Parts: sequence; structure tokens; C-alpha cells
Amino acid sequence: MADLNRRIRVLIAKPGLDGHDRGAKVVARALRDAGMEVIYTGLRQTPEMIVSAAIQEDVDAVGLSILSGAHMHYFREVKRLLDEQGASDILLFGGGIIPDEDVPKLKELGVAAVFGPGTSTQEIVDFLKRAVPERWKAQGLA
Amino acid sequence: MRKKHDWLRETYRKSLEKMPERPVAHRTLSDIAPEPLYTPEDIGVLDPEYEEKRGFPGEYPYTRGVYGSMYRSKLWTMRMFAGFGTAEQTNERFKKLLKAGQTGLSVAFDLPTLMGYDSDHPLAKGEVGKCGVAVSSLADMEILFDGINLEEVTTSMTINSPANAIWAMYLAVAKKRGYDWKKLGGTIQNDILKEFIAQKEFIFPPEPSVKLVIDTFEWGPKNVPKWNFISVSGYHIREAGSTAVQELAWTLADGFEYVEAALKRGLDVDEFAPRISFFFDVHNDFFEEIAKFRAARRIWAKEMRHRYGAKNPQSWALRTHAQTAGVSLTAQQPLNNIARVAIQALAAVLGGTNSLHTDAYDEALALPTEESATIALRTQQIIAYETGVTHTIDPLAGSYYLEWLTDEMERQAMAIIEEIRRMGGVVRAIEEGYFLRELAEASYRYQQEVERKERIIVGVNAFTDEIPLKVPIQLVDPEVERVQAERLARVRRERDARRVAEALEGLRRAAKEGQNTMPHFVECALAYCTLGEMMDVLREVYGTYQEPAYV
Repeated sequence: MADLNRRIRVLIAKPGLDGHDRGAKVVARALRDAGMEVIYTGLRQTPEMIVSAAIQEDVDAVGLSILSGAHMHYFREVKRLLDEQGASDILLFGGGIIPDEDVPKLKELGVAAVFGPGTSTQEIVDFLKRAVPERWKAQGLA
Repeated sequence: MRKKHDWLRETYRKSLEKMPERPVAHRTLSDIAPEPLYTPEDIGVLDPEYEEKRGFPGEYPYTRGVYGSMYRSKLWTMRMFAGFGTAEQTNERFKKLLKAGQTGLSVAFDLPTLMGYDSDHPLAKGEVGKCGVAVSSLADMEILFDGINLEEVTTSMTINSPANAIWAMYLAVAKKRGYDWKKLGGTIQNDILKEFIAQKEFIFPPEPSVKLVIDTFEWGPKNVPKWNFISVSGYHIREAGSTAVQELAWTLADGFEYVEAALKRGLDVDEFAPRISFFFDVHNDFFEEIAKFRAARRIWAKEMRHRYGAKNPQSWALRTHAQTAGVSLTAQQPLNNIARVAIQALAAVLGGTNSLHTDAYDEALALPTEESATIALRTQQIIAYETGVTHTIDPLAGSYYLEWLTDEMERQAMAIIEEIRRMGGVVRAIEEGYFLRELAEASYRYQQEVERKERIIVGVNAFTDEIPLKVPIQLVDPEVERVQAERLARVRRERDARRVAEALEGLRRAAKEGQNTMPHFVECALAYCTLGEMMDVLREVYGTYQEPAYV
């Protein structure tokens, strides 16, 4: 039985070749300052590496940061691998330069939230503090 | 004390001999005719530090501009960064921009190209043609510049780790089409140090990476003498979250590190230094940005002359490209970005930039559309032709605030440069994680200030709209990946396999034995070796770099 007061564990990942990591790092630090345990993968992660790290680290959520335009590919792959490896309970969210038109498509894939440029880090903190315990409850973990 | 009269008679006149004044009215709208330059003499004040700190345009210490007549004779180069999809699509965009009055080309490459992978490499999946054009071999480069006169247009290429290979491909196109390398002008970014500091598009560890850059310092002036073989770039440092002072200091520190590496190889400073160029970001803080350009020129001039013993004035003169700050653009109320870009571009011009890219208003959403790219170019043209800021050189000089701020930024930047020198130089500071830590601090501090509303961003944390405004955006055709893969397959099938193998072997030998790699890159390009093949050879010899994950 997990306890509702346990710390939320989040993996922040930079998939693909893009090295623009300012956003990922600012978010990682804000989540940590908000009391969460944050693992940052570093740059140039393949979907396989991200999913395997997420499972090993037993995280509650995975956040992808993508600015290169390759978001459809990476979210689809990460979601597919999470499902395939029995880790559908891990919440997938992300942000970056993502056109509005693609947001419904990403939600359909199972991405829980997409944060665009100009989002305050508080918004992301609030989202995780709400969504993760909801999942725990839904899974009967708490 | 040098008089304005003497400057007009000597430097200004000499400058006009090379490049006469533009045939436009250098007069205000009320028909007042400003002189080319104003100094303390004109308003009857004394500035005992005038010569040492500010001086005259086209003269040491170049605070007031690198050329004698600046925009009175020649406007800055309007060089819009463009590239997406296939070589055909980007070629078409280039031709449209040239037709719209742009005066230089600037190529954006996609991530696989920037990271030295061919378009059909597994790691390229999903990224081909997305944030730039895909160039995997000479075949792509030939299409990219099809129908463009390479002796008439100067081309800037934003490429770093694979810079030698991509430059070789450009030169190979020129050679095959019969152009004279001695007449080619342009720039390869080729600044690997800032990749380790900020943008992270590195392939090899810092030391062999710098070695490849110095190969171009050695080979460039002898073979392509008008080419800028480096554009030492602060732009990415700033975009990654540094302050303007850090951008100024780190960029110049990078420049000095290359100079030292080249001197260590035994090169003559006055042979390579005149072809070093720079690239800065221009953010919203208007006066700070203008001061940054002026301070940059002064620091470079002083250090090159006194510390590195350069004697050629061209080695002292810091020429720079500038780009408005992509990171300042907002996805909310995107049309506001047109105003931001105009103000930033004006700061770059008042700072005396030699070349400028203005961002399109939709860049926080996607790659620019043709329309948004055109508005961005028109913004430069409005500043150039309608505002009158080009009537007189360095028009804000002598402003109490600007001169004080220029001095202050110089002082703070020099303190950081000295700190980096004490650490043992830029490469050592990279290895110690200094830049990563400093950037993380600066960008987090800025974000918190925005969230606490200590800094107001219109449309984001103040003056927000209930209903977001939608603007059309440019999407990249997913067909690109297939087109590229087919072209690569054809190139591999049709080329001379023996010549390819020999060229790659030559490159391997040169890399292993520490010889200059440039002649071998040119041979590889002409043989249609792919970018991935060339980079794989160097990956084998040099190894690859993995950055520590630091938050």
C-alpha cells in the first residue's frame, strides 16, 4: 500500500537529438523545489532508454521536453513502450514547441498534459500534485 | 588629441573610396542633414577618455563600429536564417528571400545533419527536415544551391561539429560549378566550445573538437581567403539562459581560447584573426543590448592588440552577426512578437551589428511561414530605410547611461574572463561543469522572477487574453524522410566506391596522425561520401562525448 503522502517521483527526459535543455532543467528544478524526487536523464535519450529508466526508478510520471518538432514520434514511442512493458500506470506528460493542432492528437495517444511555452512551473507542479495522487487512488494504492 | 576633422579626412574618406555613401537622402524628415559622426567636439564638451574608450569608427578600439563609414555606405547584411524539409524546399525559400530583398543566405540544418547522422540513420527518425534542411551528401548540397550564384551571394551556415565536412561540401559545389574559391564569401559557425557550454550539439570530446576547428584556421586563409571560418557565438549561450554579461564574457573567452589554440599550433595571429567573426543575441533590454555590442568590440580590440600581440588592425576589429532573441518570443499573443523583434533589431543596429537575422513572430509555435519570415525581413528594411538611424554613425554614443553601461559591462565581463583564465581556460571550465551550473542558476532565477511577476511579459504574466489568437503555422511534410532516404540510396549506388573508400581512408589517416583534415574532407565531399560516413570515421578515431546530467 503506497501512502498518499509519499513523495512524487518524476523522470524528466530529453528524447532525440535536440540539445535545448533549458526548459527541461528549469522544470526539473522547480519540481524538486516543490518537494518531488526528480530524475533528469540528460541529453539524447532513446524511447527505450527513457522507458527503462522510468521503470527502474519506479517513477510516477515521465515528462518529455521536445523542441525539435519530433514530438509525435517520441511521445508515441514512449507511450507504446510503457504500455508494452506493463507500465501504463506511469503518467506521461510533456512540453516544448508543440503546435496546438497536435495537442489533441497527443492526448489521444494517452499523454496526460502538454505544457507550451510561457507555462509557469507552478502550473506543472499543481498538475502533478493533483494527477499523481488521483492515479494512486484509482489503482487502489492508497 | 585626435580631432573629428582628421578622422573625416583620413578614415572616413578612405572608407568612402572603397564604398561610397549610399545614394539615399542622409537627411531627417525636416530636411536637417546630420553629419556622418558626432563627437564631444560637436556639443562643446570635454571627454578626456574619449580616444581611449570610444575613439572613432573604423579605428581602434572600435567601440563606435568596425568600419569607417558604417551604414552611411553599406547597410548591415540582412541575412535570414532559413531551412526546412528537403534541399528542394529550402532552395525555393532561399530564392524567394533573395527576391524579397534579402542580401545574404543563412542555412539552418536539421538535427541529424547537426549531429553528423545521415537522414536514414535510425537516430534520425522523426527529425529529418524538422528544424532545418537535411544535408547528407554533396547531392543535397548541389540541390540546395541550385540556380544561386555563389560568387554573388555570401552564405552563412549554422553548423558546428560537422562544420569541416559541410563546408567541404559547399566548396565542392563551387568547384564543380567552376567558381573561384578566392571569391567566395560566407561563414561557417564552427564554434564548438559554445556547444559544450550551451547548445549541446557536440559529437566528439572538447579537445579533438577544437583541433578540427583549428584545422579550418590553418587551411582557410590560404584556400578561401574571404571566408569567415568561425562565428564565435554567444547567441546560444544567451538562449540557454545566461545573462547578457555572461553571454559577452563567455563568447569572448571562447574566442580567446581559439586564438590560443591556433597560436599553439604555430599559426600567425594576423593571418587568421581577421577571419574570426562573432554572433550575438539581442534581447529586450534595449540599452543593455546596445552596450553589449560596443563593449564586445572594445574588449576584443584591446585583448587582441595587447595580450595576443596582433598588429593588423583587422585582427582587432570584431565583426558580428546578430539575431533577435528567439527565447523572448511568446506563444501567447504571437503578433506581439513583431513589436519585440523590431525593438531588438533596432538595438542590434544601434549597437553597430554587421549582419542581422530577425525572428519571425510565430517561432514560439513552429518554423516560420513564408509570410512571417517576410514580415521579419521587412522589419529590418523599415529600420534601414525609414527610421533615419543610419544617417549618422553610432548615434547613441555620448549618452551618459549608454557610455556608463558600456564601461560597466566591459568591467563585469572582464572579471568573468579573468575568472575563466584562472580556472585554466574554457575547456577546463567545461570539464568542471562551471558553465552548466552558472546557466542553470541564471535561467532558474529568471523563470522565478517571471513567475513572481517581478518581470512582466506582456501576454504571458500580464495583459493576458481570454481567447487565444490563432495564427497559421508551417508544418513540415513527413514525406521528407522518404525522399531523403531514396536520394541517399541512389548516391550510394551511383558513386565510385573505390574513390569513396580511399577518401575516407585518407580522412582516417589524417585524423589519427594529427594532420590537417580539411583537404581530406574536400576529397570526401567530391567523392560523395555521406556526412554520416565522414563523421563515423572521426567517431572511431576521437570517440564521442557524453555530458554529465546536471540539474
